[in-house]
Amino acid sequence: MATMTIAKAITSGLRAVLADDPKTLIMGEDIGKLGGVYRVTEGLQAEFGADRVVDTPLAESGILGTAIGLSFRGYRPICEIQFDGFVFPAFNQITTQLAKIRSRSSGMLSAPVVIRIPYGGGIGSIEHHSESPEALFAHTAGLRIITPSNPHDAYWMTQQAVACQDPVIIFEPKRRYWLKGEVDTESAGRDAFSAQVVREGTDVTIVAYGPLVPVALAAAEAAQEDGNSVEVIDLRSISPIDFDTVTASVEKTGRLIVTHEAPTFGGIGGEIAARVAERAFLSMEAPVLRVGGFHMPYPLAKVEEQYLPDIDRLLEALDRSLAY
Amino acid sequence: MGAEHLPASEFDIEELEQSLVTSDPADAPPLVQLMAPDGSLREDTKYGHYAAHLDGEALRAMYRDMALVRRFDQEATALQRQGQLLLWPPLLGQEAAQIGSGTALQAQDYVFPTYREHGVALTRGLELSKVLRLFRGVSNGGWDPRESNFHLYTLVLAAQSLHAVGYAMGVQRDGDDAVTVAYFGDGASSEGDVHESMVFAASNQSPVVFFCQNNHWAISVPTEVQSRIPLSNRASGYGFPGVRVDGNDVVAVHAVTRWALERARSGKGPVLIEAFTYRMSAHTTADDPTKYRELAEEEKWRERDPLLRLERYLRSTNTAGQDFFDQIAAEADKLAASTRADVLAMEAPDFEDHFANVYAEPHPLIREELEWHRQYQAGFAEETAGQAEGEAR
Repeated sequence: MATMTIAKAITSGLRAVLADDPKTLIMGEDIGKLGGVYRVTEGLQAEFGADRVVDTPLAESGILGTAIGLSFRGYRPICEIQFDGFVFPAFNQITTQLAKIRSRSSGMLSAPVVIRIPYGGGIGSIEHHSESPEALFAHTAGLRIITPSNPHDAYWMTQQAVACQDPVIIFEPKRRYWLKGEVDTESAGRDAFSAQVVREGTDVTIVAYGPLVPVALAAAEAAQEDGNSVEVIDLRSISPIDFDTVTASVEKTGRLIVTHEAPTFGGIGGEIAARVAERAFLSMEAPVLRVGGFHMPYPLAKVEEQYLPDIDRLLEALDRSLAY
Repeated sequence: MGAEHLPASEFDIEELEQSLVTSDPADAPPLVQLMAPDGSLREDTKYGHYAAHLDGEALRAMYRDMALVRRFDQEATALQRQGQLLLWPPLLGQEAAQIGSGTALQAQDYVFPTYREHGVALTRGLELSKVLRLFRGVSNGGWDPRESNFHLYTLVLAAQSLHAVGYAMGVQRDGDDAVTVAYFGDGASSEGDVHESMVFAASNQSPVVFFCQNNHWAISVPTEVQSRIPLSNRASGYGFPGVRVDGNDVVAVHAVTRWALERARSGKGPVLIEAFTYRMSAHTTADDPTKYRELAEEEKWRERDPLLRLERYLRSTNTAGQDFFDQIAAEADKLAASTRADVLAMEAPDFEDHFANVYAEPHPLIREELEWHRQYQAGFAEETAGQAEGEAR
């Protein structure tokens, strides 16, 4: 057991894969001497050299496109995209090339590229630095998308993503980079593509992921004081989604709230609501409710707290669900 | 490995202030030509040496490759017209650019083509009919790229140029002597991925040859819309050489490509080759060039036909006689017939196969949807069986 922040847990996970497999390399902007704008790769270039921790030219499509080429040569590139809002120049390479090469080649080629993207708001930044674009990628077959919410998962899911033969996008909850927690460096406990019940309850299920897991846990704590027992699921994997864990919980509680920072329209919450309706309709005591972002570009930092799901908005949804 | 960063003096402001613009980037570069359209040979002190090994046998082999792929291309066009292919992008007119460059490659080199490099495919030893699987709609790939070091066709313009650079970065890390070749056209040269690939290749001094076939037309849009300067001149902006070669001169293309490959192989970094050629046919079988270009232009380029040029040389120097050309024509017809047979034998894949390779590792959604699909299909089978039973009564 070791106590570390999410950021340092990722650093440790990256150090482990770099040490373990000479074919791995990290590529990104400012990740070498600077250690990345969030210092997640701090010290790694000094330790592993400039060929393994590569400061690339400033071009996201270039980072992803060359990573794909490296993977054809047997390498396992781990790409850092500096901020969520800057992934879009690479969107073409990710969706038309990376996601499809295995299918196009009838399984002859794989591109096990990992993409790390710090995402989400709540950091008081300027535009393009606080977005949650996970649904845009989840819609593309061929990609896997995961998001850790705590240091233990950050440490292990980083390594599990690199070990996976499929391309994996890791959305890292940037406002939680400094969240500290215990990391069991001996055992992951579970695979990267499963959900985890992080608090057991009987009245309502809240599904959250990434930066909102602590918010959901705090809301559950507050609800407990009012006598309501809330089960909280950390989704962990956005593609694929572990519907078995979600369905089992809803069959027990009969009520479901899904929360994410991304806009609710066309989002992951809608997908979960539809699947749960198909699987557990007769167990439902209330409609599935979503607590998420509005259908607008990410708002200005000075008012972002009105956009981001918080404890009060979750409790309000909880009241509506219970009153149904 | 990797590039040493430029010394600070390269960006020294005082030096820059003293420098003057001495050349106009729009100045046309010389066109490298070793065989004129009439079949006569030309001297070239820099590149001639790289064609010196081409004896009569080698030139006859190049003619054979060009003739075979032209006949193959003609058959594919016919197959599309007869409804046997969904679409076909002809290479007519670009045979010299492709055979000349492809024959300069070594076995360990790796090619990243667009979707028109049928001639290069031939030089890589790929069975040509495999290329037609994509255009028959039975595969989105069609061959194992690792067998021929010839990557799958890429339809999203220029995406493959970055893959070529990434692959070359891997070659550098492996300490191998392979070179990658990124093929693209004058139209795709406008894509951001070409720019980024040249930036990355230059930054890493990667062993990449950018081979741009300037065939003058991006569907209906002429090259002048893509660039105000000769495309080969763009290379200097990235810090590596650009060469404009007569793309209809198979000897010159071969020589320039050999030079570029040798240079890249020896660690001197990337090269841009602009093969100045002409798309004599349509962009694809869905295109109609009469809408946007003059017949006179097509006539002018017909005189510069790459096969005609080499034939003139081979005949005028008695390197090949009528027997040779008859034999090649017969061989080409045989290839066309086997291509046709191969295409007609290509059957639609099982829809279920589409579930198999979306992911490398087990995936619950894929499993669930496949299961649902099977049950749905089984329902039809039961229904059909039920009907048959009913009719039998």
